[in-house]
Amino acid sequence: MPISGDHALSRRALLAGTAASGVLMTLAEARAQGITPKSGGTLTSLLTPEPAILVPGVNNQAPTLIASSKIFQGLLDYSMALEPRPVLAKSWSLSDDKLSYTFKLQEGVTFHDGKPFTADDVIFSIMKFHFDLAPRARSVFQKIKQATAPDPLTVVFTLDSPFEPFLLMFHATAAAIMPKHLYEGTDFRNNPNNQKPIGTGPFQFVEWQRGGFIRLKKYDGYWKKGQPYLDEIVYRIVPDSQSRALAMETGQVLMSGASDIEPFDVPRFQQKPNLEIETKGWECFAPLMWIELNHRVKPLGDVKVRKAISMAIDRDFILRRLWFGVGKVATSPIASTTLFYDPASKLAAHDVRAANILLDEAGYKADSSGVRFKLRHLTLPYGEIWARLAEYLRATFKQIGIELTLESTDTGGWASRVSAWDYDTTINFLYQFGDPTLGVERTYVSTNIQKVVFTNTGGYTNPEVDKAFAAGRNGATAAERKTAFATAQSLLIADMAQIWIQEMSFPTIHDKKARNLIQFGSGIHACYDDVFLA
Amino acid sequence: MSFLHAFTRNRGAVLGLIILALVALMAATASVVFPFSPWDMQGAPFAHPGEEGFLLGSDSLGRDVAAGIAHGAYVSLLIGAVSTLVGLAIGVSLGAIAGYAGGLMDDAIMRVTEIFQTVPSFILAVVLVAIFRPSLASIVAAIAIVSWPPVTRVVRAEFLTLRNREFVQAAEVLGRSRFAIIVHEILPNALSPIIVLASLMVASAVLLESALSFLGLGDPNLMSWGFMIGSGRSVIRLAWWMSVFPGLAIFLTVLALNLVGDGLADALNPRLSRRR
Repeated sequence: MPISGDHALSRRALLAGTAASGVLMTLAEARAQGITPKSGGTLTSLLTPEPAILVPGVNNQAPTLIASSKIFQGLLDYSMALEPRPVLAKSWSLSDDKLSYTFKLQEGVTFHDGKPFTADDVIFSIMKFHFDLAPRARSVFQKIKQATAPDPLTVVFTLDSPFEPFLLMFHATAAAIMPKHLYEGTDFRNNPNNQKPIGTGPFQFVEWQRGGFIRLKKYDGYWKKGQPYLDEIVYRIVPDSQSRALAMETGQVLMSGASDIEPFDVPRFQQKPNLEIETKGWECFAPLMWIELNHRVKPLGDVKVRKAISMAIDRDFILRRLWFGVGKVATSPIASTTLFYDPASKLAAHDVRAANILLDEAGYKADSSGVRFKLRHLTLPYGEIWARLAEYLRATFKQIGIELTLESTDTGGWASRVSAWDYDTTINFLYQFGDPTLGVERTYVSTNIQKVVFTNTGGYTNPEVDKAFAAGRNGATAAERKTAFATAQSLLIADMAQIWIQEMSFPTIHDKKARNLIQFGSGIHACYDDVFLA
Repeated sequence: MSFLHAFTRNRGAVLGLIILALVALMAATASVVFPFSPWDMQGAPFAHPGEEGFLLGSDSLGRDVAAGIAHGAYVSLLIGAVSTLVGLAIGVSLGAIAGYAGGLMDDAIMRVTEIFQTVPSFILAVVLVAIFRPSLASIVAAIAIVSWPPVTRVVRAEFLTLRNREFVQAAEVLGRSRFAIIVHEILPNALSPIIVLASLMVASAVLLESALSFLGLGDPNLMSWGFMIGSGRSVIRLAWWMSVFPGLAIFLTVLALNLVGDGLADALNPRLSRRR
């Protein structure tokens, strides 16, 4: 869940047929502000935790994807509104029957070993490499009936049925283009090139001192003339959070992102005049956090109990006091930056009195010590802030007569207990990948009730919701899908299927002289060929 | 009488005893003075000491630090006392058997004791608590398991010297059972070092529990001083009082226990106390 980070995408550009160049726009913007990109310099960044390897697909955890997205590129990137932007694909179009996607590729692209990039690399990467390695890629790419290359710079994917979120799957974090000549016919996971990754990106791998740093340098043969602007990118690995904050403070590193800096350290960076804090750049992932209730445990199967719990939670307090304002209060099971979010959706306001009345009406009487019933809470073992959240929930549940006993585990223990359905309540957060079919459906449909973590482990079932998500998945037009997902949202909110708390975002803190770091919905996962130091 | 006299002559020990009595009083009256759970959010988060009716300030969720310290005193003393009793029970029985029986039995027990002594005790405690899931029982058990070996060694040494004394030989000749000899003849004479050791064990148990809680291995449902320091650590620049006051509480309690231990050692050692 939180660590896995494939990515997301959009439909709007499809309608447009071809999209304007995102890169040109950023340049134009930069010039409009009177800043001409300058070549040279080294961008130093934190990276936490140390990645296992630098090849996407072989490993899809967050740190791998952040660093490898500079070495490898996908066909597309996405704007903050999730519209596709050209990267290795120059343009794209969709046939009238909505089955065939045609990608025209950029000319003059070479891999870091000098070999040219062609349509064969694209087909190999999509149909073999990521298909074999990544379950998420497989679940979408298995819809491809046929993949052909009419010429070396054109790829055509024909689907078995229309699938609107298809275009959202082509970011470097979901389907990076791999060199076919180095990987074909090998064991992808143990290919020797994994130690010295070779892609088409603006930066090539130089050295990796384990536990110390990863150094990338400018690729001179990069396909955009005059780019990248930076000479080097160095990722520093610092295991202790306080040392990371200190490195940022003293200017030893120019940027931090994802979970490098803990939320409680963010306020002290707000006062630094040379630093800028941005929370945009997570639209492609849009992680949403909720209290996950196990519907099999009495009385959590009762909608009135779930509603009472929802009303007892002060989401604003959690956001301000625990996350220091980094994030956004949830208003729906779909994050507001995800496509098809219904702006009309709203959760019942914080009202402890009303929550108590609701429980009284539902017949849950309090005993002499004010306890209606007892539940266990499996604390998410991701560090301090999650322990604080669990303590907040215990205090809050007590106000409505629910006694919550906290249980601690380690990361592995958490995953195994959640996947065994052995919990009453816990906290969970999942990437939504920009489209409800890709990232929301899995938590609520009855067909995905599995003893596997990050499925519908809560055991929520509602045939109407199943129908709505199916209509959304199969809908051929955006309008059809919009109606379906609006229905799904209102049904889920009426049922309070889970207790959604917060749309999470991660601060990107950087020195003001580093420009263009966050320009896409993929944020720090962009290829950084236009980043420069002013 | 002469014991009391000797003990009160050590001013440090008396001071320690007073502090300890105050901490015990605080623990006993916690639920009267602060008649709510220390986990309850009582007001604005991050209130400075003295503000908003919080004597020692409030933490990141608006919980009362003073209430946490008072309720935490109970938990710390309880864990300190119970785990020491358990540790003593294990250590004294094994030490007595080893010292009295001698021979193979002695060898076997001492080798096992040495195994425990070669493992760093804090690491062993962390591992035990992690394996058995953090709870009051598992923490008491872990602390007891890492703290019995020194007791065994001390008790064995005492028994080795005492078991050849004439009064023991006399008891053997009179036909008293081994159990009676151990419990009624030797043990009372070996009590002084055990009592001194016990007071220091309580101190180290309080420290161990705090360290475990600090690392997040405390019972998540019990307020404890170590937990308070651990949870305040990350915001120490924002709210120093969250860590400082529980830190002071641990410091004073452990210091008091050590002073009392020293006083007991002096008072129970006839030669030393006379020299003063």
